[in-house]
Parts: sequence; C-alpha cells; structure tokens
Amino acid sequence: MPIKSTKKYSVTPRDIQKNFNGKQLTYVSWDHHLLFSAPFILCLSPETQFSELVDEGILPTLQADPDLDKINWHEVTWLKANKPWVPDFSKSLADNGLVHKDQIRFHTPNLNTLCGTK
Amino acid sequence: MDMKVKQKKLNKKEKYTVQTRDLGWEPTYQSKDKIFPYVEYEGIKIHDWDKWEDPFRLSMDSYWKYQAEKERKYYAILDSFAQTNGHLNLTSARYLSAIKIFQQAITPGEYAAHKGFARAGREFPGAGTQVACQMQSIDEIRHAQTQVHGVSNYNKYYNGFHDFTQQRDRIWYTSLARSFFDDATSAGPFEFMIAIGFSFEYVLTNLLFVPFMSGAAYNGDIASVTFGFSAQSDEARHMTLGLECIKFMLEQDPDNLPIVQGWIDKWFWRGIRLLSLVGSMMDYMLPKKVMSWKEAWQIYGVENGGALFNDLARYGIRPPKGWEDADKAMDHVSHQLMLGLHQWNFGTSFHTDVPTEEEMDWLSAKYPDTFDKYYRPRWNFMKEQAEKGKPFKNMGLPKLCQVCQSPGLYTEPDDPTMLCHRETVFENEKYQFCSDHCMDIFNNEPEKYVQAYLPMNQLFQAPLYGDLNAWMDWVSLRDGVDNGDYELSEDKKNFDKWRNDVKSNSVD
Repeated sequence: MPIKSTKKYSVTPRDIQKNFNGKQLTYVSWDHHLLFSAPFILCLSPETQFSELVDEGILPTLQADPDLDKINWHEVTWLKANKPWVPDFSKSLADNGLVHKDQIRFHTPNLNTLCGTK
Repeated sequence: MDMKVKQKKLNKKEKYTVQTRDLGWEPTYQSKDKIFPYVEYEGIKIHDWDKWEDPFRLSMDSYWKYQAEKERKYYAILDSFAQTNGHLNLTSARYLSAIKIFQQAITPGEYAAHKGFARAGREFPGAGTQVACQMQSIDEIRHAQTQVHGVSNYNKYYNGFHDFTQQRDRIWYTSLARSFFDDATSAGPFEFMIAIGFSFEYVLTNLLFVPFMSGAAYNGDIASVTFGFSAQSDEARHMTLGLECIKFMLEQDPDNLPIVQGWIDKWFWRGIRLLSLVGSMMDYMLPKKVMSWKEAWQIYGVENGGALFNDLARYGIRPPKGWEDADKAMDHVSHQLMLGLHQWNFGTSFHTDVPTEEEMDWLSAKYPDTFDKYYRPRWNFMKEQAEKGKPFKNMGLPKLCQVCQSPGLYTEPDDPTMLCHRETVFENEKYQFCSDHCMDIFNNEPEKYVQAYLPMNQLFQAPLYGDLNAWMDWVSLRDGVDNGDYELSEDKKNFDKWRNDVKSNSVD
C-alpha cells in the first residue's frame, strides 16, 4: 500500500549496494544452532567465490560452536530467501545469484547437539 | 470617588473554560485548512471537535502549581541521596546496567514524546486537545530532565553513563527505542496519538514503569523510585488522554475504525518488541528480582489489556493482531535477547554476566517449560567456556530487522529452535524482518521504512567500512571500561571497595 502523505513522497533507500564500496551484504544462519543468537552479516565483493564465503566468512565466525568441525559440507543443504538452493562453491556470489542483503541458511542433518532440537 | 466593582471570582470549571476552550476562536483572515494542514491526510474524519471531553480539566496555573510541588520534593530527595552516598546502598553496581539501558534508550524517548506532543498540540484544531497535548508535552520534557538529573549522580562514580545522547543515535540496542519514537514522531498527528497516547501510554506503560520502579525499590535505587513517584500522577493523566483520544476518534465517524485498528495492530507490536529490553532487565539485570517478565505480562498485559479490549469491543475494536504471538513469545523473549546482549557485550555501554546458579534456578522456576530445555544449556556452555579462559564472544555482527531494528534473534512462534526469517522485495531491493508482524508494518508503508538507519548496516558503510575499533570511538564506547562482563569491570571493583570502606578500617 502506498504511504499516505500531503505531497509527493519520494525517497532513496538508505542501504543500497552503492553505499558499500562495491561490496554486498550477505546474511548467514545455521539452522537449529542458536548458540550464536542471530543471523550474522558478511560484507564481501560480489566477485568472492562461494567457497571463500564459507572458509573465510562462516568458519572463522562460528569457530566457538563445538559442532562446527563435525560438519560434512557435502551433506549440508542450503536455503536462499527461505527456498531450497544449491550453491556452486567454485563460482562467485554474483554467479550463484546472490544479491545484496540476501539471507542464506544452511542445515546440517544429524548435527543439532547444542541448543537445537535435541 | 469611584467605587471598585468587586469582580466575581471564577470557579475552577469556569476558569478552565476561559483559559482553554475560549482560546479556540474562529479564524477570519486565514482558512482552517491552512492553519491545520495535517489534520485530514491520514483519513481520520472529525465532525465536531467540541465533542472532545477533557478528562482532567486542568488549567495551566494549577498545572504549574502541582508540578512545582513535585519538583521540590524530588530534588530534595535527590540531594539527600547524593549527600549520603546513596549509591552504596544498591544491592550491587550490577543493577546499574538496567539504569544505563533506561537512560540510553528510554530517557531520549521521553524527550521525543515531548517533541511529538508539542507538534500534535499545534496540529489538532480542537482547543481541548491542544491544551491536553501541551501539558503532556511539558510532562515529557520534565521526565527526560528529571531522569537525567537522577542518574547524573551515578555518572560521577560508574562507567557507561557518559554519552547517552550520542549512543541513543548510534549504538545498536538503543535503536529499538530510537526507531520506535522516530516512527511515531514522523507519523501524522492522529497516528502519533494512537502510537504514544494509546498503545504506549495506555496498553504498555504499566509493563514498563511498574516493573521498572519496583525493580528500583527492590535494589535500593531511591533516586529512580523518587522519579517514579514524581511521574506517576502524570502517567495517570497520560493514560486518560490516550483513552479519550481513541474513543473520540471512534465515536466521530465509522470510517475511522479500520484506520485506528491498523494503528493499534502496528503500535502494539512495535511496543512489545521494544519492551523485550525491559524483559531482559527484569529477568537478568536486577540482582534482587521482583517478578519475571512473563508474570508481569500476565498481570499488566493479559489481565489489564484483556479488560481494556473487552471495553473497546463495543466500538468494534478487537485485540491487536500480534497479541497471540506476543503471548507465545513471553516464555522466550527475555532469554533470547539477553543471550544476545551478553554475547555481543563488547558493543554495549553496560555490563552483563552469565547468571549465577541461584539465578538460573529462579529462572527455571519462573519458566518451567522453557528455561532448562532451551536456555540453560546455552548459559552453561558460556560459563564453561569462560572457566576455560575462552569466554564466548559472537563477533558475527547481527542482521537487524528493517522495522523494529532488533537483531534477528527471535524464533518462530511455534518453534523455539528455529530463528524467524522473513523477507520481502520492494523496488528491486531486499528487506529482512524478525517476524510476520514487522514485515506487515513494512508492507503497509514501505517508502517509510526503506529509509531506516540500521546501525549494523551503517557500520559497513562510509566512513567506518566495518572497522570495529573505529565504531567504538564513533559510539563513545571505551573498550574494557564501559563494556564487557560485570565480574571483570571497574564498576564492580570500585563498588566492592567503597562498600568495604564503609564497614572496615582497612588501609590501602
């Protein structure tokens, strides 16, 4: 629904990609792992390989979770915009179809030891 | 010799009429539309402003008299508190985390409300409404000032109080309150009245003030208790104004109902998200606890709020849309938010801690269905890590909700093991939310919320470009002084030493 206003209401969104010095935001969550309270932000160039996002973004951030080293990355399933999605680790974020402020989630079957479903 | 004719003294009611209603004269050389340009665009239809019932009929001179009397008492007690080192009678300096959050997040909200009511008083055409808004505006600035004076005494001895005005604008957890008041004060005058006058002052204020003031009393904070008493009679007037305003809108025209209901839905949800901070304060930050957040919700939310909405049902108003989800979340929110505040406590201008065993037992008794199952394991993990010398910190900066600006730490209403992820696209740009209700608020007015100043997203833009140390300077946080665990803090060291000095003869 358009906003009610007394005259023409035109604005520029505050967080457009242009403001991030060529980079883009990706939000990452590990489903059923709530030791880390919220999805976290990675600010990376769209040219970054997806494998780099995992190795240099996800792994160092989530180091404290005892489940992290047990992940079999071949079994991991992914969601993008809350829909099933299969990333290509050898391709860039852009080529994987990731846009600015996308939310990705990963699910690790049989690995919900801390604060998760078990 | 001329005789002076003795004038009849006006009684209170006549005086009130002369000093308020008689001010609402008919303009002659400007049109009403030009004088009150914002009164129609929201779609609310008012046919007769004189139908506005003034709940208190307070004239300005009696208002000043009452307020001046309260000020005198307040400042007398505050002086004596300062002169007798009242801060050493606190249960623990740990308690002050609650006061720091209050000062950084809520006190600036009082100031914002002052500005909002001043504007509403100017924008409404009715004389009764104008006067009521004017008085509330003055109340609100008085509250902001007395709160600042109240905590200024703590600022002499403890860290984290020094820059609450900047932190209100820049730090992350304060943005729950900042965005709430920014949203309300940039709305039209009628929406502002529903947002602050009704939803905040009427439906939710008891959830904020009663637990807060009881917490202050239980923990020896006479300064804040005295402020509470000084504000209490104002709050009663504000609640009456809020209720009068909503009834007035609903009685004036049936077309107003859907608009008012939409605002109630929106502002209830915004308010309940904001009050999560109070939940964490009550359950975790008070060394001597009053009641759990869930119990407070039962009394002041479910019982009082339930009665209110029963009363409003005759106008066609139903309870807010998010009521049921809020109710389900009461077993979880204070824990989820506190776990977040603790793991990001390198970025807070107050201290946090893992709760003690005794506190965890209390939480377990108050939240028998959820604490031991979902939250105790996380606290225990953090405790073990700290004992191993590897304190758990979350250096992953959180995704914030585009509307309430809270970190996305709330779970699905029916699954406490799964974070709630919601998103939408507006004009080719993605937006993320913490809940269905925040997403609905966005979808109703996307142009408004695309402008949101989200502190974490800003951190990655110019001029900081993700530099956390530069961010600390930007938000006036002194690393190792204002932030981190209470157990390791200068606040604790000093408080323990000063308390010891009071009762011993030790020589340094």
